[in-house]
Amino acid sequence: MDFDLTEDQRLLKESVDRLIADQYSFSQRKGYAAEAPGWSAKMWAQYAEMGLLGLPFEETLGGFGGGPVETMIVMETFGRGLVLEPFFATVILGGGLLRRAGSAALRGALIPQVTAGKLKLAFAHVERQSRYNLADVTTTAKRQGSGYVLDGAKSVVLHGDCADKIFVTARISGERRDADGVGLFLVDANAPGLTRRGYPTQDGLRAAEIGLAGVHAETVSEHAMPAIEHTIDEAIAALCAEAVGTMQVMHDTTLEYLKTRKQFGRAIGSFQVLQHRSVDMLVALEQARSMAMFAAVMASEENPIERRRAISAAKVQIGRSGKHVGQEAIQLHGGIGMTQEYSVGHSFKRMTMIEQMFGSADDHLAALAKLGGLFGKAA
Amino acid sequence: MDLSFTPEELAFREEARRFFRTEVPQSIRDKVREGEGLTKDDLVTSQRILNSRGWATVNWPVAVGGQDWTPVQIYMYQDEMQLAHVPAPIAFNVSMVGPVIAQFGNEEQKARFLPKTANADIFWCQGFSEPGSGSDLASLRTRAERKGDKYIVNGQKIWTTLAQYADWIFCLVRTDTSVKQQEGISFLLIDMKTPGITVRPIITIDGGREVNEVFFDNVEVPAENLVGQENKGWDYAKFLLGNERTGIARVGMSKAKVIRIKELAALEFAGERPLIEDPRFQEKLAAVEIELKALEMTQLRVVADERKMAKGRQNPASSILKLKGSVIQQQLTELLMEVVGPYIMPYQRDFDGNNEPTIGPDYATEAAPMYFNYRKVSIYGGSNEIQHNIIAKAILGL
Repeated sequence: MDFDLTEDQRLLKESVDRLIADQYSFSQRKGYAAEAPGWSAKMWAQYAEMGLLGLPFEETLGGFGGGPVETMIVMETFGRGLVLEPFFATVILGGGLLRRAGSAALRGALIPQVTAGKLKLAFAHVERQSRYNLADVTTTAKRQGSGYVLDGAKSVVLHGDCADKIFVTARISGERRDADGVGLFLVDANAPGLTRRGYPTQDGLRAAEIGLAGVHAETVSEHAMPAIEHTIDEAIAALCAEAVGTMQVMHDTTLEYLKTRKQFGRAIGSFQVLQHRSVDMLVALEQARSMAMFAAVMASEENPIERRRAISAAKVQIGRSGKHVGQEAIQLHGGIGMTQEYSVGHSFKRMTMIEQMFGSADDHLAALAKLGGLFGKAA
Repeated sequence: MDLSFTPEELAFREEARRFFRTEVPQSIRDKVREGEGLTKDDLVTSQRILNSRGWATVNWPVAVGGQDWTPVQIYMYQDEMQLAHVPAPIAFNVSMVGPVIAQFGNEEQKARFLPKTANADIFWCQGFSEPGSGSDLASLRTRAERKGDKYIVNGQKIWTTLAQYADWIFCLVRTDTSVKQQEGISFLLIDMKTPGITVRPIITIDGGREVNEVFFDNVEVPAENLVGQENKGWDYAKFLLGNERTGIARVGMSKAKVIRIKELAALEFAGERPLIEDPRFQEKLAAVEIELKALEMTQLRVVADERKMAKGRQNPASSILKLKGSVIQQQLTELLMEVVGPYIMPYQRDFDGNNEPTIGPDYATEAAPMYFNYRKVSIYGGSNEIQHNIIAKAILGL
């Protein structure tokens, strides 16, 4: 058992930490958000240069060869900076589907482009009725010649507005919620019949509504669900790490504020009621950090049940801790925490979006309960 | 980062598991599993079995009978002991007075006390709290006046756990009233058979007798029973209280309780189906399990860090262990009550020795008393509010 980072991991962490510390201050971030795509093309190019866009890909294709721990390192730091670029959509979601469901030919064609920063990906799976059920798919895939044609509508596609290629789930066969008949397809963002409407999300990132009317698609997998589920589990682990970074910043910022803000002639941090609430924020943060590590370690587990238990447990902890830390961060700041001009509200908003992504704490608690919890006779 | 254990560590875990489950009598382990009170004989028997293998005092310095174990091994030892429902070695002996004597006692004291303390030939109790000195321990007033080669002790201690079993008591006493509170306290070892000592039970809300008042009326204590230097007792007390860091979370014990709750919830019915299949109950239990898993990971982080940290330094995460661990233990007693349903009601402690049949299932009798009793967990050893104060000051710098 070893919580230490390897030498390579330590170097990765140092360089990402430095990048975000130097180039992702609150005011710099505001500048990036004002750029045309809602994020910084310059930062994107730097990620590519540093190898971050190849993070989870095999080295033979020019990737970094990292696993879930490397993802955790990068995402935690990105969570501190509230990074706007489509890293999660392209590298974690798109990259995960590419790795787990893509053929050798597809991987060989796309991974070098992604790694070089020349190809952005997105994953279109949410539909109006689906909530968080990945198998609830009404978008249809009809065979035409050797390929498929897609019809339907996808919603809240993370960074779907800027993606060059989009992974899409569509139903090949079966009833609305059958997992079996769901296929995974890849469409070109400029394909005829594809419409998209981009918009900002609450946290200052971007998403899109996507319409599919007779869109010719490349088939990635006709039995995609296991690969999709594993990718989503990895993505949740990555979000847990991002959330820890975001919570850490909210905790640190609030603590600093308690030490410097004076009322009644003294620092408000000298008041016991605020001290205790600050301690509870720390406890929530550390419990979340522990579970983000657990999620990272379990993200590559091949047994889907064991993996699911761990990921769901982590998502519950992250959701609960994140809500607590976020709400307290705003409350302990008072009025200043309510303003757009102050950083902590932006962290709070990102944290709130993460709580809901890929299932809320309650959804995952129900899922874990159904699987019998974490501890059994073998514990 | 790698959370898997080495083959050597796994072999050690297996060895510990086998030892605890085969060497410690089932009858004692069953009592622990059901939360029944242990007799002095149970505690002593169990500790002597552990001590015969050198496993009662693993946290002591090797020179006086401790083990040269890695933090991982200590973690596994505790985890397996708790999962097997083996009673922990008597805390007053092993976690408290033993390490103090080993660290600050003279050679004569070490030779006189440590082997007997390890083997539970001496059963110790702790004389710290007083009626007027709870969270504000340093305000204690029990007086020890030096008269020749003796101390004359007068005063009262309270919440003295298992004083009724104890052969000796280690006490914080006031030896100087003219200086700052913390600088006038000494650490004194007192034979409970000394004339002038009276033990009076305090019955707690669960109906049990765990704690006592101990009165000292002109008790004569040989000066050689002073540990370390006079008026340095506060330092030794702080050493003692800071000694147990990771065990305090009782993660293994709580894991064992979760498993037991699942077993019992499969036997109890809620409507048409076993309670364990009731989604609302499942979710409540799962919510506690998640907190417990997070705590176990936090504990492992602390354990891993201890290998690297300078002795005496503490990982910030360690402060969380008692806070979270205590709340989880309490939540599990609530869930156990929920499992047994109406059978939380019969109060059956007075049946002991009367050969009366148990009302309801055996596993139900202690559910409510345990819930009542476990309210103590967030009070003793520095209440959770005091823990908040400590963390705010020591870790957050507030």
